[in-house]
Amino acid sequence: MDLALLLQLTLNGLIVGALYGVVAMSFVLIYKASQVVNFAQGEFLLVGAWVCWWFLTEWGLPFYAGFLFTLVFMTLFGLVLQVVVLRPLIGEPVISVIMATIGLGIFFQALMKWIFGVFAKPFPPIFSVERVSVLGLEVQTVYLLSLGISLLIMAGFGWFFTASKHGLAMRATAFDQQVAQSLGVSVPKVFAMSWAISAVVSSVAGVVVGVVNGVSSALSFYGIKVFPAVILGGLDSIAGAVLGGIIVGLLENWAHYIDSEWLNWGNMFQIAPFYGLVLILLIKPYGLFGTKNIERV
Amino acid sequence: MSALTPAGDFRTSYRADTTIFPTRNSRIALFLGIAILCCAPLVFDRYALSLLINIGFLGIAALGLNILVGFTGQISIGHAAFFGFGAFASAWLHEHLHIPVLLCIPLAGIATALVGLVFGAPAARLKGLYLAIATLAAQFILEDFFARARWFTGGVAGRMTESPVLFGFAFDRDETFFYLVLAWVIVMFVAAANLMRSRDGRALVAVRDHYLSAEMMGINLAYYRTLSFGIASLYAGIGGALYAHYLLFVSVEAFNILFSIQFLGMVIIGGLGSVMGSLMGAAFMVMLPEVTQWGAEALAGSAIDQALRLGASISFLREMVVGAAIILFLIFEPDGLARRWRLIKAYWKLYPYSH
Repeated sequence: MDLALLLQLTLNGLIVGALYGVVAMSFVLIYKASQVVNFAQGEFLLVGAWVCWWFLTEWGLPFYAGFLFTLVFMTLFGLVLQVVVLRPLIGEPVISVIMATIGLGIFFQALMKWIFGVFAKPFPPIFSVERVSVLGLEVQTVYLLSLGISLLIMAGFGWFFTASKHGLAMRATAFDQQVAQSLGVSVPKVFAMSWAISAVVSSVAGVVVGVVNGVSSALSFYGIKVFPAVILGGLDSIAGAVLGGIIVGLLENWAHYIDSEWLNWGNMFQIAPFYGLVLILLIKPYGLFGTKNIERV
Repeated sequence: MSALTPAGDFRTSYRADTTIFPTRNSRIALFLGIAILCCAPLVFDRYALSLLINIGFLGIAALGLNILVGFTGQISIGHAAFFGFGAFASAWLHEHLHIPVLLCIPLAGIATALVGLVFGAPAARLKGLYLAIATLAAQFILEDFFARARWFTGGVAGRMTESPVLFGFAFDRDETFFYLVLAWVIVMFVAAANLMRSRDGRALVAVRDHYLSAEMMGINLAYYRTLSFGIASLYAGIGGALYAHYLLFVSVEAFNILFSIQFLGMVIIGGLGSVMGSLMGAAFMVMLPEVTQWGAEALAGSAIDQALRLGASISFLREMVVGAAIILFLIFEPDGLARRWRLIKAYWKLYPYSH
């Protein structure tokens, strides 16, 4: 038993899990508002991170300016995707919508490889202090920042959905599109807005991961790791997504610990969440907080 | 049976509605088509033949996925994993049990069908996006299994296979292997076309169209959903086995998520719920990267090529074109090539009086 390693991995799990939670939240946002399962969520991270990297290195902008431009770009990106690709598919069967987002995923992943190459590229250094010590554990400053940003985004979502006009309109749309429309909510606007917000929030996560690990196409794997998280939490629950993300982050790090201590199988880190996913689908397909879908004829 | 369908002649029985050949001409056209294909090795070079062989085994696997997605309405994002299982199973059966390769191919199909049933049984409870996510998980789990199970797959190094031999005649060249694939394509497509005319085929379609009504009419949902998974895996396994004995080498990395997505792309581009559409979709998906490459080669050296580095990034271009094709088909032609083909036929039927 290596207690220090276990503690370190638990902390990593919490930090990475919080990031998963943020991505899962933006996934749930799209699903809740427009009933679209977005298989291209990981590519939002990827595009956001590459665009930010491009602003910082090629244009030599300071971090805050480049970051701000990235957010503006991602807003437009999300809007355009929704209007051009997803809007014509409203009312089509689930498989068509899923396939369209998968198609988007492949397209943008290949496009990013084409433009920026296949190798991971590091961000220019942002912090003067690389590591700080928390309770005797070495933690990268960026990780602390990412935890802070994650918590900030979660609080922002909480405020948005309970207090702001647009957030309430979004919840109304998620509850019943026809009723929302009859009360003066513009459903197409809500759809477009949900995609824009989701793209922006994901890109923040993408930039954070990019700063830590460098930007590469491995980022898009976050979009797939989101599925265990959202299924665990319940597909239409924002709080569930956060909790699911943290559980998945812990699960993969603990699986890594068990693997490195006793099993020595390798690769458990990547694959454990998917075993968890299958298990949840068998036992409790609507997740911890999801709405149970009762069908009537 | 007449040569052409006369105007105003409507089908009055279920038999007439589900017949495979509505007219004598359609039957002649099919047999003529097969006869022309049989001459292909005499005419085409090896490159064109290898494309045709690819279309063949991918078409078989795509047909299996179409039975699952298009006819039963169950989504699977793990088809490539089953395709891969068929490939490894056939190679393993030949190497360890010394079964002749020609027998290994159907046996691998059956083995894959059994694995499909194992995965299909829990999937019978799920539908729509939950099933999509579950099969996505199955894809990663099977991929991980392939990399881990060295006794079965040869691990990271991969596994060599051998060419099929029949009475001392080896299908070891493109010219001969083509006939083997053609035979399997005909068998599997005829089987699928007939399955759809049977009681079981109608039950599958009923499950897709309205599963609650289907269940009330006495169709066992779990049974037919599992069965559909089994059939899809059988087709994938046979396609995979042909792939293994054509390439003579099976690598673990080949059966990734992108390959699964390409299968789904074939089904969507070809047309959901169309038997012949699966073959058209496979042909489209095989030709698309080739056409992209021809385009890039034609532009080689020009200003566009220098500005965009086309030559160096051809593999990314191919992926992009696949993604773009899927999206464009979904938006502009959601019923796929099969519908376009019907429209073309209808146009020529009435020519020159079409309006």
